[in-house]
Amino acid sequence: MREVAVVSSAVHQVEALTFTTDVQLMVPLINQARDSVGLCQDEIGFTCSGSSDFLAGQGFSFVQTLDAVGAFPPIAESHVEMDGAFALYEAWVKLQIGEVDTALVYSYGKSSPGSRRDVLAVQLDPYTMTPLWPDAHSLAALQARRLLESGGVTVEELAGIAVRSQRNAVGNPNALRASADVTVDDVLAGAVVADPLRATDLSAEADGGCAVVLAAGNRARELCDRPAWIRGIDHRVDAQGLGVRDLTRSPSAALAAVRGADQAGFEAAAVDVAELHASSTAQVHLLTGELSLGDDVRIDPSGGSMAGDTLMAAGLVRIAEAARQVTSGDADRALAHASSGPCLQQNLVCLLEGE
Amino acid sequence: MTGVSDARGRLRADLVIEYPFTRTTGPVVGAFMTGLRDGRIVGSRRADGLVFVPAAEVDPETGDAITEIVEVGSTGVIETWTWVDPPRPGSPWEEPHGLALIRLDGADTPMLHGVLVESADDMATGMRVEAVWKSERVGHITDLMGFVPEGTGQEKNGVEGAESTAEGTDETVRSIRTPMRLEYDFIPSAAAQEYLHAYADKRILGNRSPVDGAVFVPPRGVDPRHGVAATEMVELAHTGHVGNFCVTHLPIPGRDDLPTPYVSAWIHLDGADIGFLGLVAGCDLDDVRIGMRVRAVWKPEEELGATAENVLYWEPTGELDVPVERAGNQAWRGSVLGEVVEDA
Amino acid sequence: MTVGSLGELTAVLGVGQTRYQSTRGDVSIAGLVREAALRALEDASCTWADIDAVVIGKAPDFFEGLMMPELFLADALGCVGKPILRVHTAGSVGGSTALVATSLIQGRIHRRVLTLGFEKQSESNATWALSLPQPFSVSINAGAGGYFSPIIRRYMARSGAPELIGCMVAFKDRRHALRNPYAHLHQPDLTFDQVVDAPMLWDPIRFSETCPSSDGACAMVLGDEAIGDAADGPVAWVHGTATRSEANNFPGRDEVNPQASRDCAVDVFSQAGITDPRSEIDAVEMYVPFSWYEPMWLESLGFAELDRGWQMVEDGSTDIDGGDLPVNCSGGVLSSNPIGASGMIRFAEAALQVRGMAGDHQVDGARRAFGHAYGGGAQYFAMWVVGADKP
Repeated sequence: MREVAVVSSAVHQVEALTFTTDVQLMVPLINQARDSVGLCQDEIGFTCSGSSDFLAGQGFSFVQTLDAVGAFPPIAESHVEMDGAFALYEAWVKLQIGEVDTALVYSYGKSSPGSRRDVLAVQLDPYTMTPLWPDAHSLAALQARRLLESGGVTVEELAGIAVRSQRNAVGNPNALRASADVTVDDVLAGAVVADPLRATDLSAEADGGCAVVLAAGNRARELCDRPAWIRGIDHRVDAQGLGVRDLTRSPSAALAAVRGADQAGFEAAAVDVAELHASSTAQVHLLTGELSLGDDVRIDPSGGSMAGDTLMAAGLVRIAEAARQVTSGDADRALAHASSGPCLQQNLVCLLEGE
Repeated sequence: MTGVSDARGRLRADLVIEYPFTRTTGPVVGAFMTGLRDGRIVGSRRADGLVFVPAAEVDPETGDAITEIVEVGSTGVIETWTWVDPPRPGSPWEEPHGLALIRLDGADTPMLHGVLVESADDMATGMRVEAVWKSERVGHITDLMGFVPEGTGQEKNGVEGAESTAEGTDETVRSIRTPMRLEYDFIPSAAAQEYLHAYADKRILGNRSPVDGAVFVPPRGVDPRHGVAATEMVELAHTGHVGNFCVTHLPIPGRDDLPTPYVSAWIHLDGADIGFLGLVAGCDLDDVRIGMRVRAVWKPEEELGATAENVLYWEPTGELDVPVERAGNQAWRGSVLGEVVEDA
Repeated sequence: MTVGSLGELTAVLGVGQTRYQSTRGDVSIAGLVREAALRALEDASCTWADIDAVVIGKAPDFFEGLMMPELFLADALGCVGKPILRVHTAGSVGGSTALVATSLIQGRIHRRVLTLGFEKQSESNATWALSLPQPFSVSINAGAGGYFSPIIRRYMARSGAPELIGCMVAFKDRRHALRNPYAHLHQPDLTFDQVVDAPMLWDPIRFSETCPSSDGACAMVLGDEAIGDAADGPVAWVHGTATRSEANNFPGRDEVNPQASRDCAVDVFSQAGITDPRSEIDAVEMYVPFSWYEPMWLESLGFAELDRGWQMVEDGSTDIDGGDLPVNCSGGVLSSNPIGASGMIRFAEAALQVRGMAGDHQVDGARRAFGHAYGGGAQYFAMWVVGADKP
């Protein structure tokens, strides 16, 4: 396996990007990610992005965003209609082949113009589920109730997860929900909005974008003092029917972690920090279990997606945040997780390490 | 479509994406829908006896097809639930309702549907429920109105196992309609707002590239060749030429405002370095040609709004054509660092 | 210049296609994709269990009103517990999807990959999906035809090509389609005059020169070198792969012969060690949704000199009967167009040619073939070269 590392990243998340287009959002982020390692687009070997037409209500919306890259002279480039974490996976694969040494990955999501929880109902079984319009909050609630009633977690523990996220998020310019003083009692005093979940149990929906530069081998060492090496990366998917799955589990998350660990030579549990892509506190709890993360792992040092969740980019943002922990020296090993689909149907695990 | 300004003069529009999708079901999903039309719930049975409800056409564990259809009960037990208040715009319910995974008697997997009770206090995991049917059914998941606590179904207007009223009841259901309607706020960017407001004053704005001065209309906020922000706005003449054009004979569905045939042309304004699409009219279709000089024809003053639609169409000026080899998109000879060199 | 593809050698072990038609009313979306996938698995003599990963691709999800269909289709494609990716690069997507799948083999991540492109356009309407409303702007572009017809007009003026070249391409592709049982349009009684006399849709493109709107799916099973060597039947070996993209609508852009197209072709032929494409390629499957794109792409790709591509059409060089460079023996996009699959069909048909499995539309003795797809405003390009022998 060829050594590939995250050498730079740029993230921007806010509650709503009302007067900014996707292109205007991404121009500074892409430039920042490239500039911070002194690369111009001509020097980038492969570019890959992730986004969704449905967020914008525009088919082919990603075509316009290519403007932000400066794609002339023409570039080797591709796009997935998935979270940017999967675009990063595709770029990592490309670097494994050996033809190119650097890649630019970017993704963005501006869901504020629509109703995100309702748009996501279009991801479901189109015959038997979407016509009932089960929105994303309702599905997260179904899963949360299963966890609570199976004894897997308590309401107080969920509140504790919400508190941890808000406290960790203090100082993170890309966090929407941060507080140094919030307590479990504060959280429990909030109203239930999607029974049994409170607003603080649901991730803080954001608009935003992320750009990451990957580099291989000695190129990475040239570009960055302490690259965040991708020691293992894998992704898996579970069955689509909610009734077919055990909603208290996410086998694909566990399996992706095991496969990633096989590549890395260390287990997911052996990391110092973990950034999780969850849309509810219940999912954070579930993932902590599936990834076997013990009390010695600092979970969501950025606040995680709970503190700021940009649809289609949250997974890539987790990779960027985890990589920063490594590059800054705050961590030697980090786990970044990305997910897609209802109730953690699809999961990607990325294991990072500093040299 | 034109938009509206809010109290602060900012433009926004409703963007609605909707379509009545017609989905063909194939035999297994079709059997499920046929069952619903007939007031029954069916599942599909795997070789080892496991019964999937709703009927699944593929076994998730192996990828093998499942074809055997079996009937299951219309009563069952709630395995997990939530409360939906207010009901979602795309859903069949107009009142707050429960949403639950319900494992019907005879099924090994629960199905998702609504639970029609007064409040979340009336919901509980483990509660037994029964189906409530619409009296007129077509073969659709909404033939079920929802579920109610077992024993209370008669109060709910639906009739258990009623005869189907659909025509051709001996035929299986092969397709279903699943309309989708999604609403978005379309809010132009700050630069676009400026461009649109300028249109209201009959001014046409473009962006100038900071790299080499190339002028883009409409202003895009970026020079796409370089991936850098372009913020400088310039005003352009209302005259230009046809860089290229298309005579459309095939109408766009739903566009009664655009009768065919019509000419859509790439209008290259004097001073701009790329074109944009505009209607050409005021002459015979056959007269339209590359290089033809045109000018904007505006809506009357009282109809002007903050929109590019202020220009009704572009009409020929009668001036000498721009030669074909100099019309439309040209090889760019501008240099970097702001020195603009004239085309040879 | 690199001869041969980098990384692990990749073999095309199996191809599966559905019959392309305007409405596949007999299947669900899952049923449609499974039909192609199962045929590819059978052709490759393997089962779902042998597949390590799945890569699917399709055009905008508005076509079927199903967002991110890889999630719904995980079960249907035997993918539970496996990795699945979904590629979207506009019209070129079928091609770029095949290339992402190929890179999983080249990078030695997986050993057997199923890749598939599909579209069930009948669930909505293609023109509706391609012309979604855009507030505050003048929305008058009528779909893809409206976009490409001015570009074609430019080519006609620039090259001085005779007016009926486009009709000749359309007539040829529809005759080729008669030899392909999967093709959507089978018009055995079609005459050249009927092609010429068909109504104009977007002048200068006639109805007869336009691709249909089709439901359909196309799948391939790809494997590594050892698996390719062990295969019972013939395989196609990947000799070169390339993608290029460029921005749209900027000063100095050559829309008729985009630089991204030229650069992509130079790259893929260089990898395959090809210096004279016209003589070294035996069969071409290129993405021609509107007739005139055949001569235009022949020039851009280096099969013909600039402004001379139309002569190859006129003198029959691209006809399966008697031509030295048969183009779109399958009938091409002009005869079948499930948008999300069309690029993959080109790649798969190229593989069928060098495997000697193209049936009645086989080019005799084809040893090397070229697959091509494009999308967006002619700004996304995906290409591959495959051969009967290893590179």
